[in-house]
Amino acid sequence: MPLSVEKIEDGSVIDHITAGHGLHVLAILKIDEKYAGRVALVMNVPSKTMGKKDIVKIEGKIIDEKTADKIAVIAPHATLNIIKKGEVTSKNQVEMPSKLVGVFKCPNPKCVTTTEKIETDFEVEKRSENPNMRCAYCERTFTPEELRE
Amino acid sequence: MKVGDFISVRDLEKNDIDFLLDKAEATEKKMAEGCSELDGKVVATLFFEPSTRTRLSFQTAAQRLGAKVIDFGSTSGTSMVKGETFTDTIKIVDGYADLLVIRHSVEGAARYAAKVAEHPVINAGDGGNQHPTQMMLDLYTIRKLKKKIDGLNVCLVGDLKYGRVMRSLMYGLAMYKANVTLISPKGLEMDVEAVKEVKQKFNAEIIETNEMNLRDADVLYVCRIQKERFTDVYEAERVQKEFRVTKEQIDGCKKDMVILHPLPKIDEIDLAIDKSPHAKYFEQAKNGVPVRMAIISELLKKK
Ligand SMILES: [Zn+2]
Repeated sequence: MPLSVEKIEDGSVIDHITAGHGLHVLAILKIDEKYAGRVALVMNVPSKTMGKKDIVKIEGKIIDEKTADKIAVIAPHATLNIIKKGEVTSKNQVEMPSKLVGVFKCPNPKCVTTTEKIETDFEVEKRSENPNMRCAYCERTFTPEELRE
Repeated sequence: MKVGDFISVRDLEKNDIDFLLDKAEATEKKMAEGCSELDGKVVATLFFEPSTRTRLSFQTAAQRLGAKVIDFGSTSGTSMVKGETFTDTIKIVDGYADLLVIRHSVEGAARYAAKVAEHPVINAGDGGNQHPTQMMLDLYTIRKLKKKIDGLNVCLVGDLKYGRVMRSLMYGLAMYKANVTLISPKGLEMDVEAVKEVKQKFNAEIIETNEMNLRDADVLYVCRIQKERFTDVYEAERVQKEFRVTKEQIDGCKKDMVILHPLPKIDEIDLAIDKSPHAKYFEQAKNGVPVRMAIISELLKKK
């Protein structure tokens, strides 16, 4: 029996999240117990294209570009639906950016971006299915998992 | 040369390196004549982390080009650094000097300084990350001794995990299509990502081993294995002994095989080797001057 989740009036629906990463998307969106709007997380839903996927629905939150870039790193196939007055007003697949400026912290404690409090800058190296992020300062590479806060 | 600063090997293309190596060669040939190319210029050597040898090499290079050199001073003249942010120090010195040479234990410090400063910046080592002028002088030395780099069998021996020198050198050698063999004790192997990067970027063949087999080597590049890398003292001593370069180790090697080392060396190369025709590390250190002269001159030409 399919799980049913009620529709939202205004907000965002993030579909096609790589299964298991729905919780990480919520973390990126800074959704915690203090968030007042309605939030739904559906995990491991059968998907024709992905086998299994996660879905996140959030009322009262419109996702900006920087946040979309963050989501793309964690869930490269995610689609972003913006809902206004119960209608889908835009539907976009997230795109892996070639650069991530000021989006993630550098996990290297010896990196100048941690000692000098400057905006981080990661180059996305798409050499394989799983991209690596190279810090423009300390030049170390990190997997998406390592970059997640 | 396209870049306005000298921060990382990743910023360089083979043409840039070729150009600088040629320039260094020309510079070395007429070094004895003296030079006043940078008369009236001021070069600042900012060593936030001590490294007397590298600092002297840069200062010699700048002075041989006719430039004046400023630094924090030999005694605790680093009061400027105390309590002042790195950013402020760079901004102030950028107002005094025409070129900044920076050594710092923080990774990415030179890249950041280059963003803050209007004048060109040279990275003289940033923590475990980069030391691009060392790689340049290593390639220069190999090319000078062997008349080429491509196709040479180069063995990098020692602690390959923590040494930025070895990582950068592997990158440069791979770019030149040398055959690189990485020889390290178990647990001190080269970073997997770094090897993957040069394999994909340059289609390089890199051999990785824990065995000291030097038979086919044209160049043997040795670096120190620090005892502190091991928790077990006995194990540390065993490994240091096994990867030590001795007369017996190089017995049966190619007659014209050369041994290089970034210096300072402690006991990873037997003292008896110093006198052998294989030992080229003192010449290598000397080559740092014309190479750094070429880089400084080129960066100041742009502005
Ligand atoms: Zn970093």
